[in-house]
Amino acid sequence: MLSATVPPPVTSPSLPRPRGPVSAAVLDALRGGPVRVDVSGADPYGDDVQLALHCCYELHYRGFDGVDDDLEWDPALLAVRGDLERLFLAALRADVEAGADVAAEVDALLVEPVGPDVGGVSHHLRRDGELWQLREYVVHRSIYHLKEADPQAWVIPRLPGPAKAALVTVEHDEYGGGDPDRMHARLFADMMRELGLDDSYGHYVDSVPAETLAEVNLMSMCGLRRSLRGALVGQFAAVELTSSPGSQRLVRAMRRLGCGPAAIAFYDEHVEADAVHEQIIRRGVLGPLLAAEPGLAADVVFGIRAYLHLGDRLGERLLDCWSRGASSLRGDTVGA
Amino acid sequence: MPAERREVVLTEEGPVLVSGPVEIVLPDGRRVTADRPVNALCLCRRSRRYPICDTSHRTRTREDS
Ligand code: FES
Ligand SMILES: [Fe+2]
Ligand SMILES: [Fe+2]
Repeated sequence: MLSATVPPPVTSPSLPRPRGPVSAAVLDALRGGPVRVDVSGADPYGDDVQLALHCCYELHYRGFDGVDDDLEWDPALLAVRGDLERLFLAALRADVEAGADVAAEVDALLVEPVGPDVGGVSHHLRRDGELWQLREYVVHRSIYHLKEADPQAWVIPRLPGPAKAALVTVEHDEYGGGDPDRMHARLFADMMRELGLDDSYGHYVDSVPAETLAEVNLMSMCGLRRSLRGALVGQFAAVELTSSPGSQRLVRAMRRLGCGPAAIAFYDEHVEADAVHEQIIRRGVLGPLLAAEPGLAADVVFGIRAYLHLGDRLGERLLDCWSRGASSLRGDTVGA
Repeated sequence: MPAERREVVLTEEGPVLVSGPVEIVLPDGRRVTADRPVNALCLCRRSRRYPICDTSHRTRTREDS
């Protein structure tokens, strides 16, 4: 495993195109200009704010080509990120019903709705999705999956012992159990190439709408802010608890549409992996975490609901566009 | 004797959790490997990937219009 082939040199993505005054000001600052960003009155879920947040967060992951790495800790830019986060968080807190019953929340996620009328993107793709829709779905998902498990890695040092050990067990599996060729981000990239998509990191940022960026921004926000560690764990739990049946539907969609082995392999792996991850997250992470820090229950519920809320928004956009035969992406960038 | 006892966790709702790597021998002699640090093996018999749990043990609710 340690003798894997030499990987290609790491490259940082280029800066995306601005989507309004806030993101334009952040991009100017990243190019070395003065930090003059006013977020007042901006739409928290809109393209402008979500792209601006995405750019602030990317400094903590891969950075950008031609952008000074040290801007990650620039006090003025961090203040802008704080303003954007307050805006986003306030909207989420207002739109997501508060609760503190984690067990009830988990139980609800473990019930599988079935039947011909169940809505949702994976149900649609399994039943009668078309190949161009499936490829668009993968493009949306690439913003997260090309850095799969990275946003959740931020929370590791913030967890008490047993919860930390269990979360790392899941993360280790996401990172391929020590085998770079089995990393989930790598399996995703393999699938992208097989589907004729560009797997370079950040390639499709300009193509995806605010709804897609918002899901990943939630993860980064909760991962980077220790005060939101409960929400991060809730978000991670929501993914792991719902992924296995959804992945099974995507395997069936891929098979029906005649996709190749790499395309099937990514979701196939997630059927089995996330059946296990569900168990580890519930028993090993949520249980011990809430025993050690019972005060985090409301944040865990918030993380679950905020993630589902943003997932619903993205799902509605996809299904709405597709029902009109229209692309769910910005511009015609995939050639699907 | 192995140096350390392996943990096998029986869950209430579905699979048994077994630390890997393990090899499972099925009644027909077929062998299946499960190499994750933790593996979920199906006890409900509903898995389409038996003996690996695929969450088919979950409660289903029918949604009709
Ligand atoms: S125990 Fe999970 S599918 Fe049978
Ligand atoms: Fe994964
Ligand atoms: Fe997972």
